[in-house]
Amino acid sequence: MSYLYFPGCSLKGTGRAYEESLLAVFRALGIPLTELADWNCCGATAYMSIDEHQAFALAARNLALAESQGSPADGAVQLIAPCSACYLVLLKAQQCLAADIALCQEITIALKEEGHCYRGRVRIRHPLDVLVHDVGLSEIARHVRQPLRGLKIACYYGCQIVRPFALFDRPHDPSTMDDLVRILGAEPVSWPLKTHCCGGSLTGTIPEVGWRLNYLLLREAQRRGAHLIVTVCPLCQFNLEAYQDQIRQRYPDLAPMPVLYFTQLIGMAMGLPPRELGLQRLLIPVDGLMAALSKEGAHARA
Amino acid sequence: MSERPMEGERSFEPRIVAFFCNWCTYTAADLAGTARMTYAPNIRIIRLMCSGRLDPQFVLAAFRHGADGVLIGGCHPGDCHYQEGNYKALRRYLLLKRLLREMGIEEERLRLEWISASEGDRVQKVANEFTETIRRLGPLRLAPRPGVIRLPVAALPEPSPAAREGALP
Amino acid sequence: MRAHEIYPNGGPRIGVYVCHCGLNIAGKVDVHEVVEFAKTLPFVVVAREYKFMCSDPGQEMIREDIREHRLNRVIVASCSPLLHEATFRRVLEQAGQNPFFFQMVNIREHVSWVTEDPREATEKAKALVAAAVRRVIFHEPLQRRRVPVKDHVLVVGGGIAGIHAALTLADAGKHVYLVEREPTIGGHMAMFDKTFPTLDCAACILTPKMSAVAAHPNITLWTYSEVIQVEGFVGNFRVRVRRKPRYVIEELCVGCLQCIDACVYKDARFPDEFNLGLGKRKPIYIPFPQATPRVVLIDPETCIWFKTGKCKRTCLEACERKAIDFEQQERIEEIEVGAIILATGFKTFDARRIPEYGYGKYPNVYTALEVERLVNAAGPTGGEVRLRDGRVPKRVGIIHCVGSRDERFNRYCSRVCCMYSLKLAHLIKERTGAEVYNFYIDMRTPGKGYEEFYDRLLQEGVHFIRGRVAEVTDWAITPEEEGKLIIRVEDTLIGVVRRIPVDMVVLAVGLEPQPDAEEVRRMFNISCSKEGFFLERHPKLAPVSTFTDGIFLAGACQGPKDIPDSVAQAGAAAAEALALIDKGYVELEPNTAYIVEELCSGCKTCISLCPYNAISFDEVRAIAVINEALCKGCGTCVAACPSGAARQHLFEDAQIFQEIEGVLAYV
Repeated sequence: MSYLYFPGCSLKGTGRAYEESLLAVFRALGIPLTELADWNCCGATAYMSIDEHQAFALAARNLALAESQGSPADGAVQLIAPCSACYLVLLKAQQCLAADIALCQEITIALKEEGHCYRGRVRIRHPLDVLVHDVGLSEIARHVRQPLRGLKIACYYGCQIVRPFALFDRPHDPSTMDDLVRILGAEPVSWPLKTHCCGGSLTGTIPEVGWRLNYLLLREAQRRGAHLIVTVCPLCQFNLEAYQDQIRQRYPDLAPMPVLYFTQLIGMAMGLPPRELGLQRLLIPVDGLMAALSKEGAHARA
Repeated sequence: MSERPMEGERSFEPRIVAFFCNWCTYTAADLAGTARMTYAPNIRIIRLMCSGRLDPQFVLAAFRHGADGVLIGGCHPGDCHYQEGNYKALRRYLLLKRLLREMGIEEERLRLEWISASEGDRVQKVANEFTETIRRLGPLRLAPRPGVIRLPVAALPEPSPAAREGALP
Repeated sequence: MRAHEIYPNGGPRIGVYVCHCGLNIAGKVDVHEVVEFAKTLPFVVVAREYKFMCSDPGQEMIREDIREHRLNRVIVASCSPLLHEATFRRVLEQAGQNPFFFQMVNIREHVSWVTEDPREATEKAKALVAAAVRRVIFHEPLQRRRVPVKDHVLVVGGGIAGIHAALTLADAGKHVYLVEREPTIGGHMAMFDKTFPTLDCAACILTPKMSAVAAHPNITLWTYSEVIQVEGFVGNFRVRVRRKPRYVIEELCVGCLQCIDACVYKDARFPDEFNLGLGKRKPIYIPFPQATPRVVLIDPETCIWFKTGKCKRTCLEACERKAIDFEQQERIEEIEVGAIILATGFKTFDARRIPEYGYGKYPNVYTALEVERLVNAAGPTGGEVRLRDGRVPKRVGIIHCVGSRDERFNRYCSRVCCMYSLKLAHLIKERTGAEVYNFYIDMRTPGKGYEEFYDRLLQEGVHFIRGRVAEVTDWAITPEEEGKLIIRVEDTLIGVVRRIPVDMVVLAVGLEPQPDAEEVRRMFNISCSKEGFFLERHPKLAPVSTFTDGIFLAGACQGPKDIPDSVAQAGAAAAEALALIDKGYVELEPNTAYIVEELCSGCKTCISLCPYNAISFDEVRAIAVINEALCKGCGTCVAACPSGAARQHLFEDAQIFQEIEGVLAYV
């Protein structure tokens, strides 16, 4: 199956490591991934809050582009949206357009001005869904070169990929990433905060509140013995990683906790070069941890 | 006794005859009533014991006498009070659709629905939907319909065997 | 024969009666206009309106008119025929008319209650009255068929409802077959320690009834058995029951339980179903000490002999009465009964379906039913409330409405959870002295002594927090929360999100239909309501009857109910069944099919269509013959007959054609 890929703004900006690692992993698995040409803003954030119709039009344009560029499989073009916000907004637009005829007509007219047309034949996918359900855990296991033995991981799903549209995992207690992590040789810790709030844009608007939310997540991961957190969302990753210094000033019991994209973790287990996975972009590096692990691993092997 | 609006008149109110089985759909229609679920007044319900009793002639007679649509309601597959009358209804329904097509009557004018005794809301939904469908299709233009009862006493029925054998009122 | 010969009075003389039903009809339909319209219709001699046609004066008015105006046809436009057709047919009978010269027009359920616009409602009512007038002209006098009724009753389900119904009927001298799927009767009630609100000991009030069932000469008790087939009709049901092998001969076993002691397993090590896995049992066991019948059984899933064929079978030697029979096969019993009472009960909601409450994930989250076993003196802990690790809980949270009043699962209120939560709160506090927190949406305590019990709990210092719990988590923030389960909830009375740390969480799971309710429903040919409980014939007027004559409902299979309501309903179902079979016969609707011999061409189309094999072929006369006793009156053969020889009483083609023309002639 071939997939179109919608990066969205984050994966070209703060989340570059996500894009690099995602592309590297798919390349290594031999799955073609084509970037959607001429894509635009997904319609998330401010647009959705201020003018829903604008947001829907933006989302629909991307969907229309996907329809014209992709080759359908099972009656639909498969469009991968790695950023949780993009994933949610595209899904929301799709569902609203299907349910509201008046809205659909309005958007169709808007798209027509640019010569686009959207017929509802796109399946919006999250890469976690694709990797676990299309590629399959056993296929990924086959590519694991350096099992991450001894590594304890808190899997953090965030809110947007499971709610309100729980299309590939349970809304309150998701488990696909835990299963994936286990296949990579690491150990997912039992962590009840999988879908609790990362602080969202509060870290920018009311930082005190946002940082407290970040802190609760980080500290619980630490208490549960996690060496690092893996996530699927650029905003979650940024919130949890970028403010740890500020948070530590208020809550000194917090030790540095690396926060990785799940694709980086897969790449590491597959033995891909760190630079291809954007590991050098991490603010809290994992080098020391990995070295300790590989030493431990070598020790165990011996 | 208002006559049906003539062609070209603005409002068209579809006339729909519904044949509902006693055990499921008729009961569901009662439930819709008890729950005060209002729906289009165009549906006129005729009770049969089973959808299997539906003689295809009933449907044709309804169209001949001015119905714009005919709705058949029976129990869900496997739920028939008489085991399998609804399957017979389904067979006749499929055949009737073909027949209607050949007669130049839009087959959407005939609809079969499985509605169980607890699905009052479904009666409401189907009645409204079907009325809209027929409204969209417009009046069924067949021969002029009767507006009054033509029923000379001479046309009274032949007595049944029971009556002949002396079981008089 | 000509029309004037059938109608010596000069043809049909129709009376039309339009009911106001208070404002139920008159509030929407212009009843007066309908009456005036009816007067213009052919053959209508008299048309009247009345506030409540089904009342005594209303009925008397019709009887009077029949006599005075020599009416030979009557139409009543009021509610559904399913409600009052029988009432008005009786009116005709009382006035000396054949009851089938009657047609009912449903202008309440099908018109006034479902139409918004009064104008449209009135027009629709007129159309339906017009159709009935045309139809009733073609009605014929009919005789009801009398069929003798079998004197026996089948009760399905041996919970408190089934037990009570069976005992009531047996005491009245009727023979009852009580069929229970589990190895013992007693149902859910046998699992409880105390009952609300009186805190009666459940066993003390239930076990005497259980032994009365076992000892009653009029009751045949078949436990570990299931109904597998039901045929026939009211008064004459033929039922097949599968009796599963328990590998112990019931007639020989005296319940000494020595075989259990002798089992090669020295310790009980298999999860015990009756204690919901909280206790252990051996492969040969008795569900609980008061099990009825007091007969052991062997579980072939865990018995070494069944699994490997190799065992010393010490149980065989231990049994002096040679009651153990490893070769026992299932048996099929066939019985004939006149009436059936379904009392198949409920199942509790599977708490795993709400993962955020942590059942199955955190060991100290329990369902209420499990806690019933924990507080039970005969339960796995001897009545002590202990957590799985043996600790006594100091703080306990009871979460209400688990699986009830929740759009994701069941919208309905399960009716018993508030009260049993109060009972468990009381018992837990009494046994452990723990702080008990109830998390509720609304407290629902209607019932005799129920509100007073709630008040008592408030006095006892049980905490009540109003709000639907968001989640149960082991995510501790403060040192006091360490090692505890934290219940996160919005306290909607003070508008604050709270975290309540507890040692034990009790989920007040709701009541759901049995998982196989759908199959049972099909087997007995009855209906289910939307949520899957068996549907009663009428929620107020026929609450224990079903749409299938002769089959009655009792207990929670019809909807969530507590013990007093279940018992009351069981008594009602027993009375209905008794009224049916005590009469000795039933009168069946004369809506059977018949063949007009001179029209039958002998094509045999009808024969294969009949699901009841009621039609046979007379080879000599080369015509189809319908056995009226077997015909159920569906009319499928009538619709199929190519020559119009097959007809149906009460649903004659001529009548239906008139109805079709009638509803279309007036809009």
